[in-house]
Amino acid sequence: MSTLKTENLKQYLTPFNIVVGIILLLGGFVTILRFTKGLGAVTNLTDNYPWGLWISFDLLCGVALAAGGYTTSAACYVFGLKRFHSAVRPAILTAFLGYALVVFALHYDVGRPWRLPYPFFVQSGPTSVLFEVGLCVFLYLITLFIEWVPSALEWLGIRKPRDIIVKATLALTIFGVVLSTMHQSSLGALFLIAPSKMHPLWYSSYIPLFFFVSSIAAGLSMVIFESTLSHHFMHDKMDETYLKEHDGVTYGFAKGAAMVLVLYFFIKVVGITLDNNWSYLLTGYGAWFLVELLGFVALPAFLYAIAVREKNLTLIRWTAALTVLGIVLNRFNVSLVAFNWHLPPEMRYFPRWHEFVISIFVVTVGLLVFRFIASRMPIFYEHPEFKEHEPRDLEEHELKPHPQTWGH
Amino acid sequence: MGNEFYTLHDFMLFTKGAVYYLMGVIVLSILGFWLYITGRDEDNLIK
Repeated sequence: MSTLKTENLKQYLTPFNIVVGIILLLGGFVTILRFTKGLGAVTNLTDNYPWGLWISFDLLCGVALAAGGYTTSAACYVFGLKRFHSAVRPAILTAFLGYALVVFALHYDVGRPWRLPYPFFVQSGPTSVLFEVGLCVFLYLITLFIEWVPSALEWLGIRKPRDIIVKATLALTIFGVVLSTMHQSSLGALFLIAPSKMHPLWYSSYIPLFFFVSSIAAGLSMVIFESTLSHHFMHDKMDETYLKEHDGVTYGFAKGAAMVLVLYFFIKVVGITLDNNWSYLLTGYGAWFLVELLGFVALPAFLYAIAVREKNLTLIRWTAALTVLGIVLNRFNVSLVAFNWHLPPEMRYFPRWHEFVISIFVVTVGLLVFRFIASRMPIFYEHPEFKEHEPRDLEEHELKPHPQTWGH
Repeated sequence: MGNEFYTLHDFMLFTKGAVYYLMGVIVLSILGFWLYITGRDEDNLIK
């Protein structure tokens, strides 16, 4: 009996479960601290830095990296690229969880989280950019939830409401794209209020455009990155259609991401030219700006281009990871490095370990919920009773599939 | 770089002029980049 118990225990004591368990325990501990002792007990936030790691990472990066939802569904349903259909559900799920975690993390960051619905129902401030961001995130989260619900209803075997929602897919997609266009750019527009606090190389009147265009590259790269990881860890959950279309999706998205990154690179250069900020490039901040612009925008654009040209799936996947890292770096640079750049070093902000723990905790929760949903609901496969999308034979203009994943 | 601007008009004339030249370079570069990316698409057609 006791041997059976030990064996059962050993079955659960995998390295993954142990690490996740420690993160959840630490996260739970810091959560109790945050909600009993307040923000001051767990953060290094000050009047100079009312927004710290939680806004930079959980919100700005979270929203940008969740852009895969609107880019994929727009490609499939608005632009009619049906060969990307199998990528829509994983992208919608990633986006839904991304936005849900943004709102979840926001509860830690705002002083009185129970007042989060106030701007919509009690005291709206429609002239504020932050109000627009909040309203868009609120509505887009609901839209993503409705877009995700058919998977859950198929899993539960409920047909009627599922069919109604599926019929509204195009309307939901258009609504989602409009909302995303608005709030992805408005997140950048939040910084327009602080031109004197931002370093000139990162501040530009075009910053909303920078945020929006870079979010498209982030979304496309995130879909490639997420599908690579899913392929590695959840291969058994994928049906023939998904596997057949997967390489075509990767090539198509890599090509799109390359073009968007080149466009993003050039509009950043136009931004420098319009403000005549060339002289700042010779400073330390300028060197860091060039690292971001050349190493994490221009380089991935060329790597994507080479990979698409050479049909190298491995390179595409590594480039997607580099692009995702680049977008994270950009959001950190805008909100932390370039923000309050003139302050003396002792007054600059560096997050407390509690803040890191909560950010890792939030990502871990997202990962666990994703795994729970994707291993049960029809995300990487079509439910046999609800099949609508038959696997297509590759057409003449499409690329041959390639069997590589991460080089092995 | 190294220019002195005494009026906003001078500044706008210089920077916008530079952007007009830059736009020409950008259009040609993006066209070249697109041709580079799609250059070998035909090699991989399934006959």
